[in-house]
Amino acid sequence: MTIRIAEDKCTGCGECLAVCPFEALSLVNDKVVVNEACTLCGACVDVCEFGALSMPPEEAGRQPVPRPVDGIWIFAEQRRGRLAPVALELLGEGRRLAEELQATVAAVLFGHHVRGLADELIAGGADKVYVVDHPTLAEFLEEPYAAALTALARRYQPEIILAGATYIGRAFIPRVAAVLDTGLTADCTAFSIDPDHKLLLQTRPAFGGNIMATILTPSSYPQMATVRPRVMKPLTTDHDRQGEIIPVSLPELDQPWRCRFIQTISEISETIPLGEAEVIVAGGRGLQDAKNFRLLEELAELLGGAVGATRAAVDAGWISYQHQIGQTGKTVAPKLYIACGISGAAQHIVGMQSSDLIVAINRDPQAPIFQIADVGLVGDVFEILPALIQHIKANR
Amino acid sequence: MKIIVCLKQVPESQSVRLDPVTHNLQREGVKSIINPFDLYALEEGLRVREQHGGEVVVLSMGPPQAESALREALTYGADRAILLSDRAFAGADTWATAFTLAAAVRRLEGADLIFCGKQAIDGDTAQVGPELAAFLDIPHVAWARKLIFPESGRLQVERLLDHGYDLVEVQLPALVTVVKEINTPRLPSFKAKLRAKTAAIPIWGLAELGLAAEQVGFQGSFTRVVKVFPPPARGQRELLEGSPEEMAAALWLRLRQWRGQ
Ligand SMILES: Cc1cc2nc3c(=O)[nH]c(=O)nc-3n(C[C@H](O)[C@H](O)[C@H](O)COP(=O)(O)OP(=O)(O)OC[C@H]3O[C@@H](n4cnc5c(N)ncnc54)[C@H](O)[C@@H]3O)c2cc1C
Ligand SMILES: Nc1ncnc2c1ncn2[C@@H]1O[C@H](COP(=O)(O)O)[C@@H](O)[C@H]1O
Repeated sequence: MTIRIAEDKCTGCGECLAVCPFEALSLVNDKVVVNEACTLCGACVDVCEFGALSMPPEEAGRQPVPRPVDGIWIFAEQRRGRLAPVALELLGEGRRLAEELQATVAAVLFGHHVRGLADELIAGGADKVYVVDHPTLAEFLEEPYAAALTALARRYQPEIILAGATYIGRAFIPRVAAVLDTGLTADCTAFSIDPDHKLLLQTRPAFGGNIMATILTPSSYPQMATVRPRVMKPLTTDHDRQGEIIPVSLPELDQPWRCRFIQTISEISETIPLGEAEVIVAGGRGLQDAKNFRLLEELAELLGGAVGATRAAVDAGWISYQHQIGQTGKTVAPKLYIACGISGAAQHIVGMQSSDLIVAINRDPQAPIFQIADVGLVGDVFEILPALIQHIKANR
Repeated sequence: MKIIVCLKQVPESQSVRLDPVTHNLQREGVKSIINPFDLYALEEGLRVREQHGGEVVVLSMGPPQAESALREALTYGADRAILLSDRAFAGADTWATAFTLAAAVRRLEGADLIFCGKQAIDGDTAQVGPELAAFLDIPHVAWARKLIFPESGRLQVERLLDHGYDLVEVQLPALVTVVKEINTPRLPSFKAKLRAKTAAIPIWGLAELGLAAEQVGFQGSFTRVVKVFPPPARGQRELLEGSPEEMAAALWLRLRQWRGQ
């Protein structure tokens, strides 16, 4: 299936070739032709002034399904009795969407001895909380978590399921979407409701954040998405809010599993995990030595943040891989990102360019990092960082 | 041990960018590469084969030119490659991609271990691996950084999560998605390069997989891209000047103002 071309309308202007992200279009004898690389993203349809390009007609096979009854679900990720911050962010967003859809917001809580967290979820905006308390769910494992959410969704029929795009969320939510025969959009950064069909418009970055795409799940339920942490706004906690706590027992969980949790090997040493940090102070090859990362730790501590690094610094052995940000490391989007001695290679940028405010310190004024930095400081990190640390201590 | 590695051909990340003004695509030096994470998946497959014997089959779904990615995989030492290519596969979302890969795995009569990269750098979804495991009804472990084989039929995996690392165990057959930390991929070998040049890479389409056009590609996909646009432009850039102390003071002032907003 590819885009439709009306040859008589094509003027051979080539506008569409330039917007195709997949190099699927080319000109042959001054007419556009399409190859298999076409993903039907529609970018060319929008740009063609002559109406020569169109999407193929929707197939008749997949009839729209009636809107399910149980509104918006958010997966309330918790670990060892502590809610992941993204759970409350999702509730905030869920409430906003629920207004528009006139639907309820339910939180789904999995774990063992976790019922106490249900009140926090109600205070955070949930109308009801489905609690599945089972020893199998005590530690995260893909298969049982997916089986539990699948069974729950089949039983109660939600219209939308949102989960955090955390390591846990991204590890098991796809399994649920596959089994429920529905679409799933990864790592979304914005949602809205399509006014005509009341469907969820899901916006997410692709190609390392160089392109944004808005995606729809038009003909299947639930509409599912994972959501980038720290993008959505939590509500102010309100302990007077009323909500219903619904304990659910799932017979599906009482079976021998093909996987088991053995132990936690190491907890990441810092107090704040990178993905949750509001502030990240990151260092690159310009730091020259492992011991200089102390400077970053000190600054991070003053700002209540965590330390990140480039691959060059990780490869040099100055800091562990858990701190690596970029294409082959983590993707982060803190409120504040301070890049110290980092050149700004494309593979690093893709992991941090969604940060709200980017500050770069580099002695090379030509360093590409300055092209994406909001605030640039050209100079030596070993002069600027100590001065900054001292200044903050004196002026807090 | 029969091992399947799923790999995808992707455009090099920095080469794809929408011009914020014209919405034209800037594609400086566009180059197709094997998705970087899939090289770690392939390397891990090769290492398991070297320890436990067996074969490594590389599998990719894509347009005909994706054959070059598979051929490259052969130069690292994969035993054989299969390309899933058909006009009907175009426009697949992760569900339809995983569904098609699952049909191919079944046609290969399954595997003891399937490796995927952590995610593909074009879509960054990290969904195809877990969805494939679901379609095959086998367990999977995401974000693996180390594999241990305590006894045959079992696999222990050290895997990355937000809080640190967990050790988990799965029964084979299983699917594993790997992070970069798991190994250092080897260089192509001379012998394998020679072999790769002439190796036959079968192409499987709808007919070979016994699928219907409605199940795959655009038609089989549950998601629709309704709009593609450049990311919002960043705000006013600002360069601070002066001595290190002056810059430090100016930065702190700037951060306080920004925090206050
Ligand atoms: C497939 C692939 C995947 C990759 N994945 C990643 C990834 O996930 N994350 C990642 O970060 N990289 C990744 N890279 C590597 C990336 O291309 C760059 O090599 C890396 O980001 C460079 O790190 P750097 O900025 O620390 O070092 P450099 O590029 O060496 O930059 C150091 C900078 O420090 C400045 N400097 C030096 N001394 C000082 C001083 N005293 N004061 C101030 N400034 C100073 C220099 O001017 C320079 O700009 C990947 C590469 C490939 C090929
Ligand atoms: N078209 C494809 N062909 C083969 N493997 C794929 C394909 N798409 C994705 N994969 C595998 O699934 C992983 C995750 O991809 P994605 O879900 O697109 O981020 C990749 O690292 C590959 O191992």
